[in-house]
Amino acid sequence: MTQSTSGASEDVTLGATPTEQSAVKRNRRLDGLFEHTTRGFALLVLLLLGTIMMSLAISGWPALSEFGWHFFTEDRWAANLDRFGALPAIYGTLVTSGIAIAIAVPVSMGIAIFLTEKCPAALRRPLGTTVELLAGVPSIIYGMWGVEVLAPFLQSHFPTIFPAGTGLATAGLILAVMIIPFITAITRDVMLTVPPMVRESAYGLGCTTWEVTRSVIFPSVKGGLVGGVILGLGRALGETMAVTFVIGNNLFFNPTVTGQGTSIAALIANQFPEADGLQRSALLALGLMLFVITFIVLAIARVMLNRMDRRAPK
Amino acid sequence: MLKNVAATLVTSTLVLGSASAMAADTITGAGATFPYPVYSQWADAYQDATGVGLNYQAIGSGGGIKQITARTVTFGASDAPMKPSELKENNLVQWPQIMGGVVPVVNVPGIDGTKIKLDGETLAKIYMGEISNWNDDAIAKLNPDMDLPDTQITPVYRAEGSGTNFLFTHYLAQVSSDFANNVGEGKSVAWPAGVGAKANAGVANQVAGTPGGIGYVEYAYAHQNNLKVAQLENKSGNFVTAGIESFKAAASNADWKNADGLYLVLTDQPGGQSWPIVGASFILMHTDVQNPQAAKQALKFFDWAYKNGNDAATKLDYVPIPDNVSSMIRQDVWSQIKSQSGEQVWTK
Repeated sequence: MTQSTSGASEDVTLGATPTEQSAVKRNRRLDGLFEHTTRGFALLVLLLLGTIMMSLAISGWPALSEFGWHFFTEDRWAANLDRFGALPAIYGTLVTSGIAIAIAVPVSMGIAIFLTEKCPAALRRPLGTTVELLAGVPSIIYGMWGVEVLAPFLQSHFPTIFPAGTGLATAGLILAVMIIPFITAITRDVMLTVPPMVRESAYGLGCTTWEVTRSVIFPSVKGGLVGGVILGLGRALGETMAVTFVIGNNLFFNPTVTGQGTSIAALIANQFPEADGLQRSALLALGLMLFVITFIVLAIARVMLNRMDRRAPK
Repeated sequence: MLKNVAATLVTSTLVLGSASAMAADTITGAGATFPYPVYSQWADAYQDATGVGLNYQAIGSGGGIKQITARTVTFGASDAPMKPSELKENNLVQWPQIMGGVVPVVNVPGIDGTKIKLDGETLAKIYMGEISNWNDDAIAKLNPDMDLPDTQITPVYRAEGSGTNFLFTHYLAQVSSDFANNVGEGKSVAWPAGVGAKANAGVANQVAGTPGGIGYVEYAYAHQNNLKVAQLENKSGNFVTAGIESFKAAASNADWKNADGLYLVLTDQPGGQSWPIVGASFILMHTDVQNPQAAKQALKFFDWAYKNGNDAATKLDYVPIPDNVSSMIRQDVWSQIKSQSGEQVWTK
């Protein structure tokens, strides 16, 4: 657009007065300046990302080169013995996020289907806004709720599974509650991109709501759905405060789902303020791991969302 | 209305102004959370007496060592003493300012926790996950008259690096070679079993909310929150109750005169009444201070605390440093603190 306008004004004056011509020139300069500035801002983000990743890699290098593969296989994170294994933290991060996704996806899909297909028009707005508000609740609030309400509840109702109330499963539950509104909001939005005509035709053929959702709406927004789930997963992977409160903070590798454990973010939050030397470097390397995991997950989400955009009927 | 606003503005400017004027008369320090209650009481009394304030950040022993090494504060505080070699390397001196005890707190359904007796070996096994039920034979043997419930034990520990961790693990490593070999001592260790909670408050809450829970906190904290403190067997084989008397008994063994760099941890001390987990909280300062004026002010505060702070400390269940030790510290330790030009900072 910009180019065609500028191309035309360069070649012909189209009877414009000199004042008008200079105005056009000035505008073109301003436009160029604007473009360069905004491009600079955008590149700044890239630069920032690259620098952060690089500084993490550089500061984490001493630990990574010291331990090599043992960094990923060692079963404990023992600062006093200088034995740093990322396994318990990586395991905890993946298990808690996995639990969160397993719970959050069906629930969020259900909410989204209700909101778009079945919800009475009068309720649609208030319910939708509530979901969006829930997505904005600060994570520390979920953490306090987890430690004050959820953990004691689990502890008193299932003492054999949750002797302390805390643990990987508790953290997974909290994360599920945190990402449900997130995934719901995205799912609802992508489901709304399906044109009413398609939907109505399906109903006209005698389909039930479930059949319409499963065979008509979901297939046409598949990429968007997966993208939403992965964005939720990205949030779950990096969540710190709420998880630190309820995960149990055990730095020993236990192949358990309900037992005590730790996550990458929780471990860093607990130890970084007073770490130095090798421990500090190991924590930074751990940060790099989280960065890489989250980066991969978000990249996948982007690709899928893009695909959905291309497929979505205009 | 407008007048009010103007008045508020004027007063707040005045307050701000006086605060910045006061800033020059403030001693800055950071470190251990363990002595924080007593330091803040001392600071209040000292400010009333002299007008000099204390800005003490209770960020944990590890953080205290970090900050003093980086010279961002005038003094650092740590519950874990630094090794003499580490002190030399960083041009630091340390001295004990106050002593106190770490105690096991328990929550056993249907049983008065203060009557439960434990020994070091059992405590170590509980924290290694080898004893996982309150009616385990090892606990039953120590408490023959007690009807112990069939409840799972949930050990609770400090999740962040802390001096309390150091004292507790140092004790367990002393009494159990298994613990020493598998877990080891330190401000931050990897516990094979149990739940990590933040700070003393976190540990106390977790134990209180977990039937079958056991944890360890500073005694002042357990006492003020009415937590059930179990009895521990000491080196002489007696079961002792935590309290200022048994802490004093353990502290009386402290041989500060012959401790190189005043490196001394008072766990597992001999004596019939000695509480087995007692430790001193240390102050760290540079031997080549950049701001002699600030250093002198800090030393004046510690001098005042040695002279006038004992009652406040005892009320909070801390054990004061004996007078002969504090005069030795003034003579042998504070004399090493010098300005960059080599002048002695402490002159009295």
